[in-house]
Amino acid sequence: PRLSLPFAVGQCGNQVGCRFWDLALREHAAVNKKGIYDEALSSFFRNVDTRSGGDGPDIYRGKICSLKARALLIDMEEGVVNEILQGPLRDVFDSKQLITDVSGSGNNWAVGHKLYGCQYRENIVEKLRKTAEHCDCLQCFFIIHSMGGGTGSGLGTFVLNLLEDEFPEVYRFVTSVYPSGEDDVITSPYNSVLAMKELNDHADCVLPIENESLFDIVNKIHQMINSGKLGSTVKQNSLVTSSAGSAKTVQEKPFDAMNNIVANLLLNLTSSARFEGSLNMDLNEISMNLVPFPRLHYLVSSLTPLYTLADVNVPSRRLDQMFSDAFSRDHQLIQADPKHSLYLACALLVRGNVQVSDLRRNIERLKPSLHFVSWNQEGWKTGLCSVPPVGHSHSLLALANNTCVKPTFIELKDRFMKLYKKKAHLHHYLHIDGMEQDCFSEAILSLSDLIEEYDELDATKGGPRTDPPRLKIAV
Amino acid sequence: MSIVTVQLGQCGNQIGHEVFNAICSDIHGTPGLCSKKENESYHDACKERFFCEEESEVPVARAVLVDMEPKVISQTLSLAARSGYWKYDDRSHFCQKQGSGNNWANGYSVHGPRHKEVIMNLVQKEAEKCDRLGGFFTIMSMAGGTGSGLGAFVTQCLRDAFPTSFILNHVIWPYSTGEVIVQNYNSVLTLSHLYQSSDALLVHENDVIHKICAQLMNIKQISFRDVNQVIAHQLGSVFQPTYTAEGGLHYSRNLLGELMETLVPHPEFKMLGLRNIPQMPENSLAYSTFSWPGLIKHLRQMLIANAKMEEGIDWQVRPPGPVSSIPSSHSTKKPLHFNTSIANLVILRGKDMHSVDLERFRDPSLYTSWLNPQDAFNAWKTPRAFNKYEKSASLVSNSQFLLKPLDNVVGKAWNMFASKAYIHQYTKFGIEEEDFLDSFTALEQVISSYTIL
Repeated sequence: PRLSLPFAVGQCGNQVGCRFWDLALREHAAVNKKGIYDEALSSFFRNVDTRSGGDGPDIYRGKICSLKARALLIDMEEGVVNEILQGPLRDVFDSKQLITDVSGSGNNWAVGHKLYGCQYRENIVEKLRKTAEHCDCLQCFFIIHSMGGGTGSGLGTFVLNLLEDEFPEVYRFVTSVYPSGEDDVITSPYNSVLAMKELNDHADCVLPIENESLFDIVNKIHQMINSGKLGSTVKQNSLVTSSAGSAKTVQEKPFDAMNNIVANLLLNLTSSARFEGSLNMDLNEISMNLVPFPRLHYLVSSLTPLYTLADVNVPSRRLDQMFSDAFSRDHQLIQADPKHSLYLACALLVRGNVQVSDLRRNIERLKPSLHFVSWNQEGWKTGLCSVPPVGHSHSLLALANNTCVKPTFIELKDRFMKLYKKKAHLHHYLHIDGMEQDCFSEAILSLSDLIEEYDELDATKGGPRTDPPRLKIAV
Repeated sequence: MSIVTVQLGQCGNQIGHEVFNAICSDIHGTPGLCSKKENESYHDACKERFFCEEESEVPVARAVLVDMEPKVISQTLSLAARSGYWKYDDRSHFCQKQGSGNNWANGYSVHGPRHKEVIMNLVQKEAEKCDRLGGFFTIMSMAGGTGSGLGAFVTQCLRDAFPTSFILNHVIWPYSTGEVIVQNYNSVLTLSHLYQSSDALLVHENDVIHKICAQLMNIKQISFRDVNQVIAHQLGSVFQPTYTAEGGLHYSRNLLGELMETLVPHPEFKMLGLRNIPQMPENSLAYSTFSWPGLIKHLRQMLIANAKMEEGIDWQVRPPGPVSSIPSSHSTKKPLHFNTSIANLVILRGKDMHSVDLERFRDPSLYTSWLNPQDAFNAWKTPRAFNKYEKSASLVSNSQFLLKPLDNVVGKAWNMFASKAYIHQYTKFGIEEEDFLDSFTALEQVISSYTIL
């Protein structure tokens, strides 16, 4: 089977991962009525014969026996992973896929990257090879993590390096949750910038996510439900609200709803690789089309409809409205303003009963209000997948390579410099074996260079367009 | 003589399937509006050309299906089998898992060499099943990675392995507002490479077919399936049997050979455009009648004015005055937008086509000065109606039809190349900047040649 192999690293990574597998199971259950283990399922799950108790051999065809997620769950604390193993997904994972420790990384990138990295390298490689053994084609790796902490950030980027060493040809996609300005982890700027350097150098594609955006989206959904507008009704077992007062549940499990959104992103991203459609879009195609220069691989994602995430019965919006929504800031997973910045490339992955004429019409309609770089005026990558998400007739995922990510990086750099100038908390990092002052200066340099690359592109915006002269042929 | 079809990539396989469908539905499902004997001859000629009737109950298409990911081939095979009228040979396909990532270099430099033996073995098997091999027909899009890159490589292999066989490449031009961001790079690389190994490139543009679907077929929500079915109809109108000689007694057997002979007199000029009229929704067919003179008149003006379909033709465009005695291409002032031809082929299907007057297609002013107009024009006919159309006329033209689209694609690719965007994705798989420059040079040469006609 063709595999996309997710790695959930750290607390955030594993919480998102948990939501991802839950949604993936639901999605496949809705499509796969006959209970046959098919190609689509095999991209994320193994089929294991557990009839004789315990872990039997893998079954490659026929009826579904017991589905096990193809994944590695890594955390240097046990809390989150243990919760997963005691929860409804406990049968989806087995101990061979887990790598845990007890003391955590103390929100310290160096502990995650240098200390635990070194310590667990062999273990990770071994488990990785075992998992990869079962498939004939490894298409890509997904790393799900946060940037601000210690494990997800440090060990997560260590894994990234490791993947490049061991499997250089397999694409590396990273879903990174960036800390907000009011993050309660003081050292999150250090962790993030140190991690950024690794992402710059070793990731093929990064989908940055900001908690603020996720929070806003969850609130919006809330408002829609509570205001009773659009005749919306709440489905049972909704993750966003309970049958009683809605606010209560949000406070209890604020991150679940937000994590759902990220999980949906991954589900939609891989849908065309799993299900059929008239214009397939594989993950390696996403990397090919959206990354014009190696380091400019940060993509702004937006999802619509948002109600897929809330188990809410809302009458489907008009198809064209869906496209407009995808280009509205409300639907983005990071705080950025693509409409006033420069598009380098844009991908649209549509699911459901949508045809090529719908795509063309909407691209024509939206194009005039967007600024594309001079050498990619018609830079659209499109995909049509026939299978919509559960409970909806269609959905759209937009991925944009746009210079609007620059302010996010500049802010990050500023927060880093505030701490670094005062040498605040540096000693916590420097006393870790393998960690030197150079690591910090290299990391900030890498970030500055990246910002400069975006600057250079921005400078071309709105300028006069002179096409380069064509080759002349002697007649 | 039989033709072996090679379907490459998602587009190639989706279209290939519709082509065999169209051909089959033409011989089974539609009245020929001719004598029983005529119908039988037509049927036999078509079967020989495209199908193999071995031990199976239904005819087996002479085709090899190639793709670098499994979903499309699997769908194509099962759809064909379900039709009940024809199917593919269950073993005549090759696919991998990881796809080509829209990367021409990946298709050409990695997948090509890696899988050359297996693919060529499948082709060889199909070729051996033919009593007489009439050549190869490959279907691919230029925009992606497999059809384009692997397609270019396979075409080269076909040329090497079958040096005397004819190779016709059917190439799909992507929507100009983009399906794939690097489509212009992929297109430039594909066209320049195909030009070296192929005998002719028969082109369909998605934008044009889309318009036909919208304006002539009245389809509201156009899907790729709709587009592919129009393309299949147009291809069928060229590929189905015809009498190629005036007063011929038998259906011509050598489709590809005769196509090349009539349309490609010079290796510098290989770009063929296709027009087919009339085109309309199936439920309107019963209410429409056409006259041959009317159809011919429209087709000729479509040629002259480079119209893509029978609506919106610019009737103002006229051919230039008598050719001056000085054979210099710059002295004849050709009016703007006038489409100069090298060679044209008109195919007429339906009754009473014997009496059709095609003299105006032989007008020397339509053609470039360096060819004898008598040689530049040919007509193939059959009284047997095609695919429910009582009368159907097609034009296959080697002319300036594709000059503007080609120039556009090269221009956009060059623009992107100047900024070096995406080049690292290609060099990663062994296609260097010099390779790009070679391709650009080759295509600028083709553009220049067509421009000064």
